[in-house]
Amino acid sequence: MEHAVETTLTVNGIEVTRRIEPRRNLVDFLREELGLTGSHVGCEHGVCGACTVRVDGEIVRGCLMLAVQANGCKVETIEGLSDSGELARLQKAFHDRNALQCGFCTPAMLMAARDLQLKNPKASREEIRTHLSGNYCRCTGYQAIVDAIEDVLHG
Amino acid sequence: MKAPSFAYAKPRSLEEAFDLLERPGAKILAGGQSLVPSLNMRLSSPELLVDITGISSLAGIQVGRTFRIGALVTHAQIERSAEIRKQVPLLAEAAAHIAHPAIRNRGTLGGSLALADPAAEYPACALALNATLVLLGRKGERRVPAGSFFKGLFETDLRTGELLAAVEFPRVERSAFLELARRQGDYAIIGLAGVADGSGRRIAFLGAGATPVLAKGASAASSLEQALKALGNDIDPPADLYHSSATKLHLAKVLLSRAWNTLSKPH
Ligand SMILES: Cc1cc2nc3c(=O)[nH]c(=O)nc-3n(C[C@H](O)[C@H](O)[C@H](O)COP(=O)(O)OP(=O)(O)OC[C@H]3O[C@@H](n4cnc5c(N)ncnc54)[C@H](O)[C@@H]3O)c2cc1C
Ligand code: FES
Ligand code: FES
Repeated sequence: MEHAVETTLTVNGIEVTRRIEPRRNLVDFLREELGLTGSHVGCEHGVCGACTVRVDGEIVRGCLMLAVQANGCKVETIEGLSDSGELARLQKAFHDRNALQCGFCTPAMLMAARDLQLKNPKASREEIRTHLSGNYCRCTGYQAIVDAIEDVLHG
Repeated sequence: MKAPSFAYAKPRSLEEAFDLLERPGAKILAGGQSLVPSLNMRLSSPELLVDITGISSLAGIQVGRTFRIGALVTHAQIERSAEIRKQVPLLAEAAAHIAHPAIRNRGTLGGSLALADPAAEYPACALALNATLVLLGRKGERRVPAGSFFKGLFETDLRTGELLAAVEFPRVERSAFLELARRQGDYAIIGLAGVADGSGRRIAFLGAGATPVLAKGASAASSLEQALKALGNDIDPPADLYHSSATKLHLAKVLLSRAWNTLSKPH
């Protein structure tokens, strides 16, 4: 830990302070130091979207942000948004529509879908697809995911 | 993979940043959306990352005679700014093509221009708009036109110890930004950034060379037919894994045809 930097951030409403190695990215920090394993790690270079978390209200790639860069930030993960009930409608729609199979992409899909719901609550099917373009799913073929989000936005 | 080990510092002032940048192996970190992937893939191994995102003078948009956009302004801010959409719509249109929302929330204008990926959107926009890049170093400021800033593949006029502070864009309301990509958010196969005003047209291409390329002949042509002919001399796009040079030139012509009317209405 030769370069460790003292870092204080709020994660799902709880303030944490840790000495963190700069090379440690945010999603690894959340998973390995805080045990919040709902955010997943796929490609580690920004392509798959599995690591999506919310920082100061905006979604980001957890693998492309250093944990030390989150100093002073408010970080929210799938665990926080799920427990608060913020995702309840989307989660139910994903369930009803069979919008997940293995579930690996699902936490991040829900984070991206919620972001769209907040920014563009009347998004069209095309806009839903565009907003999710950075989130890969290797199982569903996306159709059911778009259906589920459409149900929530237009239901 | 995981990034190699490095030290991290977040200066609060330009002076402090210049000091840090003199240390061996120091590298600027802005949005991290290109640098962090390259660290994770171990393509880069700096000793010290100097996170410039705490320097407030590099942030924000100032509207005066020109539009001065700070290096730290993110792609998402450019996409959402009503001022930019109205007065330099080329940039707002281009921003929507860059990667995906979560990446646009952190990636910065300065990072994209400093990286100078020839397939990136902003470098071609800066060239078409004849923007001025404001570079700062300990010795002072240098103002470099976009046409002299891009030197080669991922190579710019930035000197060691210097940083890109801001970019000044003229107001140009008539513009067209078009690109072809396999999927929404991918780097373009080929793209066009064009503007037109009283002094004429300036049409630049991305994905068409080692740097963004200004299509001088096509820009000056008086008909689409002439412009399409001229384009073959203006650009010689390098083949990529999936597209030959001839395919890319063909696609560039398709884009030019689509943009032509927008860029040719009487003034
Ligand atoms: C999956 C994915 C898809 C992408 N698709 C696209 C795309 O389609 N089009 C596109 O244009 N980009 C794309 N990007 C890249 C993205 O736009 C980056 O945000 C941008 O290229 C770099 O900006 P940054 O602020 O993140 O810079 P960083 O990653 O922090 O830095 C990039 C480089 O610039 C240097 N640098 C940064 N700021 C400055 C400065 N102010 N002065 C001097 N040097 C500086 C750094 O030292 C580094 O070498 C994509 C990225 C990912 C991960
Ligand atoms: S793990 Fe972050 S985008 Fe794939
Ligand atoms: S459900 Fe398996 S990756 Fe999406």
